[in-house]
Amino acid sequence: MRSLAARRLSAIMVKEMLQIVRDPSSILIGFILPIFLTLLSGYSTNLDLDHLRIGLVIEDSSPEAQDLAASFLATKYFDARVGRDRREFADDMTSGKVAGIVVIPQTFSRDMAQASASVPFQIIADGSVPNTAQFLQNYAQGVWLSWMDVRAESKGAKFAQPVHLAPRTWFNQELVSLNSLLPGGMAINLTLIGALLTALVVAREWERGTMEAMLATPVGPFEMLLGKLVPYFLLGMAAMFICLGITLLLFHVPFRGSILALMAVSAVFMISALGLGLFISSVARNQFVAAQAAILAAFLPAYFLSGYVFEPSGMPLPIQLLSRAIAARYYVSCLKTLFLVGDAWPLLLPNMGGMALIAAVLLGLTLKNTARKVA
Amino acid sequence: MSAQPLDARLVSAPASPASVLIEAQGLAMRYGSSATLALEGITASIRPGLITGLVGPDGAGKTTLMRLLAGLVDASQGSLRVLGLNPATQSRELHARIGYMPQKFGLYEDLTVAENLRLYAEVRGLPAAERAATFDRLLGFTGLASFTSRLAGRLSGGMKQKLGLACAMIKRPELLLLDEPSVGVDPISRRELWRMVRELADDGIGVVWSTSYLDEAEGCDEVLLLSGGKMLFVGKPTDLTGRVQGRVVQVRGASDPKGGSRRGVLRRALGLPGIIDGVIQGRHVRLVLAKDAPLPDLSAMRAGPQAELVQVAPRFEDAFLDILGGGPGGVSALAERMANKPPNENSLVEARGLTKRFGDFTAARDITFAIRQGEIFGLLGPNGAGKSTTFKMMCGLLKPTAGQALVDGLVLGKSKGAARERIGYMAQKFSLYGTLSVRQNLDFFSGVYGLEGAVRKRAVEGMIETFGLSPHLSASADELPLGFKQRLALACAVMHEPAVLFLDEPTSGVDPITRREFWTHINGMVERGVTVMVTTHFMDEAEYCDRIGLVYRGRVIAMGSPDDLKDGVRGPDLIEPSLEDAFVTLVEKDDQDQAQGLNREVAA
Repeated sequence: MRSLAARRLSAIMVKEMLQIVRDPSSILIGFILPIFLTLLSGYSTNLDLDHLRIGLVIEDSSPEAQDLAASFLATKYFDARVGRDRREFADDMTSGKVAGIVVIPQTFSRDMAQASASVPFQIIADGSVPNTAQFLQNYAQGVWLSWMDVRAESKGAKFAQPVHLAPRTWFNQELVSLNSLLPGGMAINLTLIGALLTALVVAREWERGTMEAMLATPVGPFEMLLGKLVPYFLLGMAAMFICLGITLLLFHVPFRGSILALMAVSAVFMISALGLGLFISSVARNQFVAAQAAILAAFLPAYFLSGYVFEPSGMPLPIQLLSRAIAARYYVSCLKTLFLVGDAWPLLLPNMGGMALIAAVLLGLTLKNTARKVA
Repeated sequence: MSAQPLDARLVSAPASPASVLIEAQGLAMRYGSSATLALEGITASIRPGLITGLVGPDGAGKTTLMRLLAGLVDASQGSLRVLGLNPATQSRELHARIGYMPQKFGLYEDLTVAENLRLYAEVRGLPAAERAATFDRLLGFTGLASFTSRLAGRLSGGMKQKLGLACAMIKRPELLLLDEPSVGVDPISRRELWRMVRELADDGIGVVWSTSYLDEAEGCDEVLLLSGGKMLFVGKPTDLTGRVQGRVVQVRGASDPKGGSRRGVLRRALGLPGIIDGVIQGRHVRLVLAKDAPLPDLSAMRAGPQAELVQVAPRFEDAFLDILGGGPGGVSALAERMANKPPNENSLVEARGLTKRFGDFTAARDITFAIRQGEIFGLLGPNGAGKSTTFKMMCGLLKPTAGQALVDGLVLGKSKGAARERIGYMAQKFSLYGTLSVRQNLDFFSGVYGLEGAVRKRAVEGMIETFGLSPHLSASADELPLGFKQRLALACAVMHEPAVLFLDEPTSGVDPITRREFWTHINGMVERGVTVMVTTHFMDEAEYCDRIGLVYRGRVIAMGSPDDLKDGVRGPDLIEPSLEDAFVTLVEKDDQDQAQGLNREVAA
């Protein structure tokens, strides 16, 4: 015969699963929210730009200048409008209608004739959007270099670049930003989902008086929490696979690790995210407050401090230290590793250790807060 | 079913002496660093086989004491043994042997009746072999056998309460703790619950039943009377009522054609020396005399030539008031500062064929009544009978499917603004904004009811003075002591001197002194020509009514004065029926009539 404690635990898990099945909000958080959040992050966080709108000012009417201008017009990276005077685009720059101006000056053919001159045209970029400005500069430079290549070849010579750069990128060879952003986004989304799942359910038990009734039975706080953790853990892992599926199939992000490693890492993370939710609701004991707190306490720190977009290594020391208390930080790092590198256990294990420690602290605090005392 | 030990270690737990289940010595409780004690000086012993009532108004400390007994909170001072165990350190052992039903019954609303039972059976370790028999017995006992697959959230209040009891009882406990099991439950369900709990007690289980209904105290074997965290009395309820024996009288026959005279008689009587308390009971006025006071002078009350004084049996509440040193005076400062309403021969409030359907379900069917000016009209009925639906249509909160609700001749819904200005509305639980301060609540409601400028200022100041609110002006409404909350809610509802006052369970759970104060104001306003409609579960409130409409299954099944209703059910079995007796009998009779009607239909 099973022990009484095991019977109690399984009774609570059964009850919890029945509630999940009947409660539209668990289904919403467990299945709809991951789809929604992954689509949202997939379509909104792309940092690569095509068809950047620019103004192209051609002050020099020589055939060479015309030829370079044609290259700018031909590339898919730019949508260029042609003008004769840079002042024509000044207002468009201010209002953001163009991301920058490329000027081929009157001196262009003269400078081209002198082989020693540096790049003989001007790029004016909008510094209020630094990321785009950077792209503009790089792309324009790219257009220039390939034009020079073609030109030299047509003259039967080889164009000698002043410095020959041969950048070689590892892990994300195409430098497609989505490939590094979406795995991180998954961590942010699962933080929110995990915390919301449990923040609401324990608060609901306090609100409806069922927690009090349960605590007056032989059920201990540990059984109560474990009985909740297990079903929501399964639900959270299902949400993880939904996020993974969309990321791989719809956004074609490569995945170089193994599913087994991903499950191991995600399991540790999910316990910490669910633990955060449990901790919040053991303090809040009110569904409304718990939901608010889950969004504030889970989502925002995860977004800013996890290294999803902003690298913690560039932050001031106190903030860096704070980021070490955020489970999502370790998970982001694990996911980036798994997606872009592979099963690099020496990287994964310390991160899993960090998440496990956070989970243990959160669950310990929750247990202490729930410990049989009602008021 | 045998009381098998749950865990091996329980075998060695010391057996409690059979004569005492709970032994409390100087128990006190302070929450956090709160300045006041939630509970102090509780010394009592509770025995098996008896129903022990924890009786007192809201905020008296009943729930705190319950949680102490259940080992859910730890006492700040004093000693406590429950079943021979220390609840602070041996709560696991204790929980295996008690049954506890918290307020709201502790049910999972999205689980069915059977799933709730199964859950509690598992967590309480009911042996699998006993399960089927136990479920059968409990479902039969509670009458829930045909509802096992219904979600608990879809049960009526009375059925939830029975299911809650069944869950607490699933493994025969030695001690059963019930925290306000009868709150919000109609008299019929209340009686059934009492019958069930009495059976359990007769079976040897110790029951602790907490309640704010003082009349329930009389049904208990032992009573612990709490007020403001202090224990006022412990012992047999008859020992308490004994202290006012011979000091309780009714003024009977103080009738006049308008029916209002008993309110005047009460007001004047409470001004006489030697009378410490008084309430209205239907057409009679009940008075409690001070110790050794002579019988009061009927002519000083101007009770009329037919009036007579009759000595009656004391109730628990009479004795409670006596311990507290008597009730408040009979003069309403609120009514004093109000102008008389111009006399109006027409009905002030009228329901004409009111019907409300929600889909297939008819919540109210062809409800018709009229309320005269200066009348208190009560709507009574079991949970879910259509009482609240009717009430909401009358105050314009719900649009009727058919029929009309009229206030002062104006159809609600058509002339909303004009009709609403004539209405004051008060529900004890919902009509205040808890996070606003007292003054902000007053300002807000004066604005809502269309008061402006100097009139508004005068009205607000008047309420602050009348109800003594000035020390609390900046406190938020939620922080107020219950009595003041009650006063503030009344102030907000009557500030604009409405012609009609709608009251929704205005004094349930409130301490008897505050309740008397409240009804003094209502009576005073009624004497000024204000018309009152009240809905309640609370028989003491119903006794203040001039007429009552009893609503059941969406229809008015009886209408008349409280005494008419009582007279209607008087018989050899019920020589001196209470209003609750009348209520229960009329509803049961309607059930029988319906069943017979159905049988006739089937036969035909």
